[in-house]
Amino acid sequence: MTGDVACAEGGLAAGCLFFGGYPITPATEVAERMSERLPEIGGTFIQMEDEIAAMASIVGASCAGVKSMTATSGPGFSLMMENIGLAICTETPCVVANVQRAGPSTGLPTQGAQADMMQARWGSHGHYEIIALAPSSPQEIFYQTITAFNLSEKYRLPVLVMTDEMIGHLSERVIIPDAKDIKTVSRTRPKGRKDRFKPYRPGPDGIAPMAIAGEGYNIHMTGLTHDERGYPVMTVEAQYEMMDRIMKKVRQNLDDIIETEGYRLDDAEIVIVSYGVSSRTCLAAVDEARELGIKAGFLKLITVWPFPEDLIHRLAERVKGFVTVEINLGQIHLEVERCTAGKAPAFLVGHPGGTIIPPERVIDLLKEAF
Amino acid sequence: MQKTFDIPRELMTEEELLQPGMLSCQGCGASLAMKLALKGLGERTVVVIPACCWTIINGVYPYSALQVPVIHVPFETAAVSASGVRAALDARGEKDVVVMAWAGDGGTFDIGIQSLSGAAERNDDILYVCYDNEAYMNTGIQRSSATPVGAWTTTTPAGSIKEEPKKDIEEIMLAHHIPYMATASVAYPDDMYMKFKKVRHITGTKFIHLLSPCPPGWRIDPSKSVQITRMATQAKVFPIYEVRRWRFSKKRGRLEESWKYTINIYPDRELSVKEYMKAQGRFQQITEEMLHDVQERVDRKWDELIRKADGRPLTPNE
Repeated sequence: MTGDVACAEGGLAAGCLFFGGYPITPATEVAERMSERLPEIGGTFIQMEDEIAAMASIVGASCAGVKSMTATSGPGFSLMMENIGLAICTETPCVVANVQRAGPSTGLPTQGAQADMMQARWGSHGHYEIIALAPSSPQEIFYQTITAFNLSEKYRLPVLVMTDEMIGHLSERVIIPDAKDIKTVSRTRPKGRKDRFKPYRPGPDGIAPMAIAGEGYNIHMTGLTHDERGYPVMTVEAQYEMMDRIMKKVRQNLDDIIETEGYRLDDAEIVIVSYGVSSRTCLAAVDEARELGIKAGFLKLITVWPFPEDLIHRLAERVKGFVTVEINLGQIHLEVERCTAGKAPAFLVGHPGGTIIPPERVIDLLKEAF
Repeated sequence: MQKTFDIPRELMTEEELLQPGMLSCQGCGASLAMKLALKGLGERTVVVIPACCWTIINGVYPYSALQVPVIHVPFETAAVSASGVRAALDARGEKDVVVMAWAGDGGTFDIGIQSLSGAAERNDDILYVCYDNEAYMNTGIQRSSATPVGAWTTTTPAGSIKEEPKKDIEEIMLAHHIPYMATASVAYPDDMYMKFKKVRHITGTKFIHLLSPCPPGWRIDPSKSVQITRMATQAKVFPIYEVRRWRFSKKRGRLEESWKYTINIYPDRELSVKEYMKAQGRFQQITEEMLHDVQERVDRKWDELIRKADGRPLTPNE
């Protein structure tokens, strides 16, 4: 199946019962699949009137207790940003898949890129933490969409699945395991007296149990700065307290959230950093480099946000340098450079978008720089 | 016998503002409509196009079909981008240039309706044209709020075909008190041409709703696209009419609000909704019950229209 279809199937496997969709190349197939599959399993697919509505509807559905998702691409992702911010502030779990295409603006609608990575991190206004995953094949899209739901439910925030046109439209074998072999997580629900419930009072793990609209708990959700009761409080102290919670639930659980993979990394002198479709370039490049006597290894970021700062920092102590391979003109490269803290040089093999990066370009840079 | 049309001589003789290089599908109504529209408007026209089939149809460099300035804008902004162009042209004193926003049904009925409503309420001096092919065709046939009852699309698949009637965009626009609203169809080129010729001289927001056949989306033979579009008007599913807000009162010596409805094309043969729908692949799963409801709605709308057009139905010969 294609990556887009695998994304829809991953969502269903994770327990998604609502999809608010809007057509956009190259993400339309996710919505099309959901429009067929959700009614079959008792879920709901609604085609909304635009991406603002699509995003708003999944936040609404999640407030009412249903796992929900949407899928889009660059221009639609831009329109979703305000409601992504609302989900951050109200701590509402939901999943957004961005099947990236080359931008800016309309760009190359039918050709891929990885240039929305910084938008994924900072696209909505204000300061916040978010989780973004980057699959590199249809199979990984399937699993990471499940992971996205699990993280989203556990930490009560929107999780972004940053795929791209290349793997979104790529057909590969995808193995869907039995439902019993798929681990799914659902949000913690409140217990105890309904009249004493405070919707944003964190539990022992720092995350507030989430009540469902309509089950008897008093809920007040707002994008205004709010206190534990959920009511707006326009003070600096309330802002401190709320920001502390939405930042800390991610910052204090980095080990649980961040996932990376290494390939020939143990004795590597040069670390190639990549994610998503560009990972496929790097696997070939590492083998080729080793044949040429260059001791390269590959660090694959499965979680891009939060960024594995400590790992890069530690690697920088012992390696000769870093090369980031990505289909943009330097986004994650800047993060790598920041985290090396000057201890090792960082280079970029970038591309403005529209096609994958051939391994030869990585080899050429390795030869030139090291 | 098929009725033939009196095509004004200008249609044959004027310079073509739509040149080869188009990337439209065979039998595309939207490309034929653009040709006729520009014939009517002339070269002093700026075209504003949001995301829609026409972003593609216009061609990829070195080909570009349109011989007038084109601005491609985001999906949700056709009307207000045109408002901006208008404001600048006015500031520069270029009053005779027509700014035409040219959007599909998704960009008009759905994502673009907020900006269209804003421009219409301000009565910005633009021409807004919706070429309505009744679904998101550019992304591969997803339902829009212009998709009719009973139509198959990829997001209203078999088993859950669309049950909701399409939005009544004509009345929505008239509720904005705009000076001119018309429907037109590629099946009646002379009528369409005359309407585009006319709007050049009307100030304020003009809205034209075009029924624009899409052979892949409607599941019809490309060679039949004009014929089937004509059937839409014959079956009264898509009446061709226009509404003008103002008329000049000689008695008072000024413009007065009159809301004059004129039916421009009377069906030249009786055709049921069923005959129109069954001619297309997209309606193959429509139920008898749905057909009955649609027929009733169509009849009611037609009666209303006749009543609004001064209660005096013109005969085709009049």
